Amino acid sequence: MTLRLTNTAKTYPDGTRALLPTELYVDQGEIVSLLGPSGCGKTTLLRIIAGLETPDAGSEIWFGSDNVTSLPVERRKVGMVFQFFALFPNMSVRGNIGYGLKMQKLPKSEIDARVTEVLDMCQLQEFSGRAVDALSGGQRQRVALARAIAPRPRLLLLDEPLSALDAALREELRDELAVLLREFDITAIFVTHDQDEAMAIADRVAVMSNGQVVQSGTPEDLYRNPKSAFVAGFVGNAMRFDGTCEGTKLKLAGGTLTLPGDGSGQDVFVRAEDVQIEADGPLTGRVETVTFLGTHYRIGISGITTDVLASTYVGQNAPRAGETVTAEIKPEMLMLLPKGAAGE
Amino acid sequence: MFRSKTKVLQLAVTLLACAFLLVPTILSVMAGLTVNYFKGISSGLTLKWVYQVWELYSESIFLSIWLALACLIVTLIIGLPAAYGLARHPGWLSRMLEEFISLPLAVPGLALALALLQLYGTLKGFRASWTFILVGHVLYTLPFMVRSILAVLAAMDLKTLEEGAATLGASPWQRFRDIVVPNAMPGILAGALTVVTLSLGEFNLTWMLHTPYLKTLPVGLADSYASMRLEIASAYTLIFFIIIVPLLMAMQWASARAQRIAK
Repeated sequence: MTLRLTNTAKTYPDGTRALLPTELYVDQGEIVSLLGPSGCGKTTLLRIIAGLETPDAGSEIWFGSDNVTSLPVERRKVGMVFQFFALFPNMSVRGNIGYGLKMQKLPKSEIDARVTEVLDMCQLQEFSGRAVDALSGGQRQRVALARAIAPRPRLLLLDEPLSALDAALREELRDELAVLLREFDITAIFVTHDQDEAMAIADRVAVMSNGQVVQSGTPEDLYRNPKSAFVAGFVGNAMRFDGTCEGTKLKLAGGTLTLPGDGSGQDVFVRAEDVQIEADGPLTGRVETVTFLGTHYRIGISGITTDVLASTYVGQNAPRAGETVTAEIKPEMLMLLPKGAAGE
Repeated sequence: MFRSKTKVLQLAVTLLACAFLLVPTILSVMAGLTVNYFKGISSGLTLKWVYQVWELYSESIFLSIWLALACLIVTLIIGLPAAYGLARHPGWLSRMLEEFISLPLAVPGLALALALLQLYGTLKGFRASWTFILVGHVLYTLPFMVRSILAVLAAMDLKTLEEGAATLGASPWQRFRDIVVPNAMPGILAGALTVVTLSLGEFNLTWMLHTPYLKTLPVGLADSYASMRLEIASAYTLIFFIIIVPLLMAMQWASARAQRIAK
C-alpha cells in the first residue's frame, strides 16, 4: 500500500505547533525512517498516520486510494510497535500475537495457524506459552513486532522500537529488524533519533527538525549531499569550518583550503573520515586527544579552526597528544552549504 | 532462641498483647457455647444458644448478606468506570474528584445518616425499604472500591496499552473489556472484598437508617446485647465472627496482592 500525506499539520490547543504542514509519500513496500532529535515532531507525525492523534483541519491522509483522515485508529488496519512495547500483561505471548486476529473475528483454527506462522518468522516458538513479563527486552520487542504484523496490516509503524533496549542488544536487533521488515514485504515507517539505526534499516530517510521534514532521500544521498547545516550535522556529524572564503580559497587559522567551488556566502563542512593526517598537508595543528576505537583512532586537532577538528586515523602509528601534525582534505570532500540556513 | 534476655522480653510482650486481644474474644465465644455462663464451663457445652440466635436473627443475617452483595454490585457499576475515568485523565480535577468521593471516610457515619434522613426521610416508601440502607452503604464503601482499582490502574501505562489494542482493531468497549478490566482485576478483587466486609460490619450509619423490620447483622448484634440473655448475645458474636473473619483474611490477602502489583 502507498501512503500519501498532504498538508498534514498538528497544532496543540495551547498553540504549540508540533507539526508544520507536511507532505509525505511512501511507496508500496518502502521502508521510510523519520529521523530527528527529540521534540522535532517525528512521533507526532507517526501518531497522526496511525490515527492516535487528530491532525489539524485541512490535513489529508491517504492509504492507497482510501482517504483515512477521519477514520478512527481501530479501523485503519495499521500495525504499530511502541517504544516500550505495550504488551498486554494479562495475556500470554500467543494471546498478545493473536489479539489483532481475534478482533478481526477470524475462526479459532485460523488464528492458531497464523499465530504459529508469525511465531516461527520471529523465532519465538519456544516462548509462545510464556507470560510477557517473563521475557527479556529483546524477546518483548520481537513479540511486539509479531503482534503488530500478525493481522497483516496495510502499514507498519514503529515508534523508536529499539530505544528501550541496551546498547549491545540494540545493534543486534537493528540488523535483525532490517531483515525481518524486508521479509514481511510491508510498507513501514520507522521513527528514530539514532542516525545509525535509520540508515541501517530504511530505504529512505526523512530528516525532521522543528516540526518539518527538512530533507528526504536515501541514506547515501543524505550523507553525501546534505541540503542544510542541520542535516549535515545530524547525519554523520559534519563539522563546520570557521574561516573566511575568498573565491575558491578558505582561509583558516591553521592554513588554507581549496574549495570545490565559489565559497562566498557559504558555510564549509567536513566529516572526520575526510580529514587525513598526511605529511606536508596544507593545514597545521596540534593533537589534543587520541581515542582508540578498535577499527580506527579518533584524533582531535586544535589550531586549524576555532573548535577542535576531529580526524579519523586508520593505521598503526597514530600521532600522540601534543604533537604537531599536518592534515589534508580533498576539495571534493568539502560540503558547501548556504550560510545562515542552520535550521537548528 | 531463648538465649538472650531481649528475645525473651520480646516474646513475653508479644504473647501478652495477643492474650489481651484474644482472651476477651475467647471468653465471649465460650459464653455462647456454655449452658449457663454464670456457672461456667462446668455447666456443660451446648449449641442451643446458636440455634436460638438463628431462629431469632436469621433474617438479619440474610439481609446483611443481601445488602453486602447489592452494595458490591452498585459500587462495581459506579466504581470501575469512575476509577477508569480518573486513571485515564490524571490532573488536578481528577484529584479533586477523588478527594470528593472519599469524603464519606472523613464524615462520621452518624452525620452521613442524619443527612440522608433529612433529605429522604419524608419519602416513606424509600425510607422504609432496604434500598435506603443500601444508599448509605454505597456512599460509605465506594471510595474503597475506587481507590483500590485506581491504585492498580495508575501503576500501569494504561494509555499506551489501550493504544496498542486500538491499533490492533479493538473498539473502545473491547479495549475496556479485554485490557482494562483484566488488568484491573487485582484491584477489583481487593476492592470487592473490602466493600463486602465493610458493608457486613457497618454499624454507625446502619443503626441510624434501620427500621424495626430491617435489622442488619451488626444492628441485630446490638439488639441482642440490649435485650437477650448474655449467652444468646455471645452466640451471636460467634456467628458474626464466623462470617466476618474469613472475609477479613481474604481481604488482607487480596489487598496485599493488589499492592504488590501496584508497585
